[in-house]
Amino acid sequence: MAAENLSTKIPSRKRIATGIALLVIGLLMSVFFLPGTETGQTATFGLNLSSSAAILLPDMTLPVQTSLYVLVLIVVFMGAYHMARGIRSPGALFGVVAFCFVAAFLIWATRGRSLSLIGMLTSSLVRATPIALAALCGVISERAAVVNIGIEGIMLIAAEASVVTASLSDSLYIGLMVGILSGALIAALHAWLVIRFKVDQIVSGVAINIFATGTTSFLSSKYLQHQSDLLNNSGTFPIISIPLLSKIPIIGPIFFENNLIVYLMMIIVIVMHIVLYYTPWGLRTRAVGEHPKAADTLGINVYLMRYVNVIVGGMIAGLGGAYFTLGSVGRFDEVMTAGKGFIGLAAMIFGNWNPLGAFTSSLIFGFADSLQVKMQILKVPIPSSILGMAPYIVTMIVLTGLVGQAIPPAADGQPYEK
Amino acid sequence: MPPVLQLKGITKAFPGVLANDHIDLELNEGEIHCLLGENGAGKTTLMNILYGLYKPDAGEIYVRGQKAEIENPNDAIQRGIGMVHQHFMLVPVMTVTENVMLGVEEKRNGVFLDRAKVAARIREISHDYGLEVDPDAYIKDLPVGIQQRVEIIKVLYRQADILILDEPTAVLTPQEVEGLFKILRSLVAKGKSLIFITHKLKEVMALADRITVLRLGRTVGTVTPSEVTPERLASMMVGREVNLTVSKKPPKVGDVALEVKDLYVEDERHQVAVRGLSLDVRAGEVLGIAGVQGNGQTQLVYALTGLAPVLSGEIRILGKPVRKPTPRKILELGVGHVPEDRQRHGLILSFPIHDNMVLCTYYQAPFARGINLQEKVIVANAETLAKQFDVRTPNVFVPASSLSGGNQQKVIVAREFSRPIKLLIASQPTRGLDVGSIEYIHSRIIEKRDEGAAVLVVSSELDEILALSDRIAVMYRGQIVDIVPAAQASKEYLGLLMAGISPADAAKSVAPVAAGEVERVF
Ligand SMILES: Nc1ncnc2c1ncn2[C@@H]1O[C@H](COP(=O)(O)OP(=O)(O)OP(=O)(O)O)[C@@H](O)[C@H]1O
Ligand SMILES: [Mg+2]
Repeated sequence: MAAENLSTKIPSRKRIATGIALLVIGLLMSVFFLPGTETGQTATFGLNLSSSAAILLPDMTLPVQTSLYVLVLIVVFMGAYHMARGIRSPGALFGVVAFCFVAAFLIWATRGRSLSLIGMLTSSLVRATPIALAALCGVISERAAVVNIGIEGIMLIAAEASVVTASLSDSLYIGLMVGILSGALIAALHAWLVIRFKVDQIVSGVAINIFATGTTSFLSSKYLQHQSDLLNNSGTFPIISIPLLSKIPIIGPIFFENNLIVYLMMIIVIVMHIVLYYTPWGLRTRAVGEHPKAADTLGINVYLMRYVNVIVGGMIAGLGGAYFTLGSVGRFDEVMTAGKGFIGLAAMIFGNWNPLGAFTSSLIFGFADSLQVKMQILKVPIPSSILGMAPYIVTMIVLTGLVGQAIPPAADGQPYEK
Repeated sequence: MPPVLQLKGITKAFPGVLANDHIDLELNEGEIHCLLGENGAGKTTLMNILYGLYKPDAGEIYVRGQKAEIENPNDAIQRGIGMVHQHFMLVPVMTVTENVMLGVEEKRNGVFLDRAKVAARIREISHDYGLEVDPDAYIKDLPVGIQQRVEIIKVLYRQADILILDEPTAVLTPQEVEGLFKILRSLVAKGKSLIFITHKLKEVMALADRITVLRLGRTVGTVTPSEVTPERLASMMVGREVNLTVSKKPPKVGDVALEVKDLYVEDERHQVAVRGLSLDVRAGEVLGIAGVQGNGQTQLVYALTGLAPVLSGEIRILGKPVRKPTPRKILELGVGHVPEDRQRHGLILSFPIHDNMVLCTYYQAPFARGINLQEKVIVANAETLAKQFDVRTPNVFVPASSLSGGNQQKVIVAREFSRPIKLLIASQPTRGLDVGSIEYIHSRIIEKRDEGAAVLVVSSELDEILALSDRIAVMYRGQIVDIVPAAQASKEYLGLLMAGISPADAAKSVAPVAAGEVERVF
């Protein structure tokens, strides 16, 4: 009897702490967001990307104060309920509270004005693309137990390689191919070092990053900047609207009006999910990442599996690199990846080493990024340099809050010895 | 008819050790052939060679009379050889079905995994051989006994007819061992041939058709159970006479050294595993805790040694109450701990032996002066201890991982017993060890008791508990159901308590104490 009481008593201390934290968040929301508002003020959110869309949705106009009160109440209620009864899923709790906070912030920032919500969501997906590709590279390598923190460097090199070849050949497709290939090559080098010679995986990854930053910056300042028309001017992939699908309200403009690389990213998410969980290759990959010795005793070639997965990962990162140039601005700038490779690794962890999870968490990072840009446009009274930190701050919060809970593949980062 | 399997002159050297030295072995069809030998005798190495995991330096393998080149596990699998490894080769986060099909996946439309088809085949195998298991269960949720079945199913699924089982009983409860034996007999009845490795002489006598004994990498001989006694087998293995009983003087009991009152402890999944447990151990006596594994013994020991937090209750060590215990605080009170999982809590496998020998004292004189470690003293200490405790190793600079299981355990025993300890907590102290090492460790434990230390031994081997203890406490579902004096305790009564029968009911069917002294053989 006493035992059962105890088992419910102990977690409740943690629950009360979490509950109080939620109440504090609710309080902070009202302190931050309510004072600047006036009664009767509204915030307008646009739901159409362009006024030429087939089906026009009416704009969403929200009363500012009422909405804020409702959001604060939801958070406070969640806190109180969690204290009294306990909410089983920490993910749901975190999700709802984060949603309320972001919504309150958006409503506050948009008070008395209007903001294109769809525009912001569309740019979230676009900004999430390189992060998601980096995360997918991480997922497929680490599922086979090879840690690749050189993704940032791979993307940087692929970005430069693809823009130069695309400019020279005047073909975006050739550029894209070269980007993917350069990714494969560097990943193959990483694989060779860590599998064959058992070089520490972190050391090899760091070396790739340093090498990539140095080389690409050097080539850029030495050649690209002087002959930018010839070497650094590729143009970008055009937006392709998928017939019919792009006409669906809200979903259409977000998912079905994008360029080739964004579509490829979404296809890779789905294909990787299917491969990992529904095919022999995926089963073997996961086995090699969890318990390589067991795989070996069943006649699976552990080394081969690792090589192939790391190289495929490199190709995906290469695609991500090409996105920065061919998919976005059409030219190369020094260190233009700006830590997206590392954010991708955070997204991989947040997404629990699975492709759909990695994609979803990339969207969150993309959203943070697009939010800060929009806020600068809306002239929110927060310095732009602080707003610019948003994606990185989100990364840190996510990593500190969730790293302990996410479970990596059991053999992740360990070389396999027969 | 030729034997299904013949090994001729198999030789394999590792740096510094000749693990297999011209070993010959024959396996007949429908036979259970037991392979016996000390820790480090080369049994696993020999089987790994047969299974294609290691390449022999010399020697030949014949399968059904035909010479076989076995380069990798695939070659072995193709020739109908299957192996259940000493350490389970299962992926914990995958289901039974996924583990079974890994490497020989059934496909749908040529691309996708066909889990349903494999699950159906598993059910068929389960049915044919009495290997009940749920194909959709995750390995990490299954008790070891069931995991073992999965390993056997894995082998049968690949249609092996020569099965190698490397110490399959080391981690099983007595009931699970019974179940396994039934399964093995049904396999042989269906024409399979088995190589069975174990350290437990009783199992060998009960199961084997023939027995081959290895020592120091060489074949000592092949015998049948009717020709030998357990004592004879033990001396063949170890090369000297082994005393299979523990001889000990009556205890000289002193003050209470460990007192536990109304203790509650959670396991990793936050389930209450120890519920309101009270006991005390006095100086100069051995209290044995018997019980089927998973009844809270692990968490009890974790709490006593500071490895897990105490939910509520009181622990007093040598009269001092311990609140918020940390392992170091407890060690410094004079407690020695031989942990259940020696590789996780006992050793740092990648560290050399000499560093492992000072893991709890490295910061004290004479091993440290200020912030400097005294390398010479540490090495000298290790060399003395290695000699004194008979740790078989080329030198004390090799990593602990390169030692055989028995010798790893001796390193821990040497470290813990060489400190001036007043309370010894030993959990599964002889799991996976050979009779020679068991005899050695048991005699050391009794020595500590005679020196006046209080000893708490936790073991799922009832024979070990009976051999060592002065008093026996049976643990079931996180509580102590009864404590009986060991000298007269009846094994049947303890067995019933371990199975969850209440003391009152158990006493109705068997007497709690046997008439007179009982001889204890382990
Ligand atoms: N991979 C290896 N590298 C170096 N030495 C090894 C290796 N594997 C085994 N050895 C050594 O070879 C010898 C035989 O080891 P093996 O594991 O075959 O013994 P065993 O009879 O199975 O013992 P146990 O009963 O403890 O399992 C031991 O001295 C061991 O230290
Ligand atoms: Mg072995």
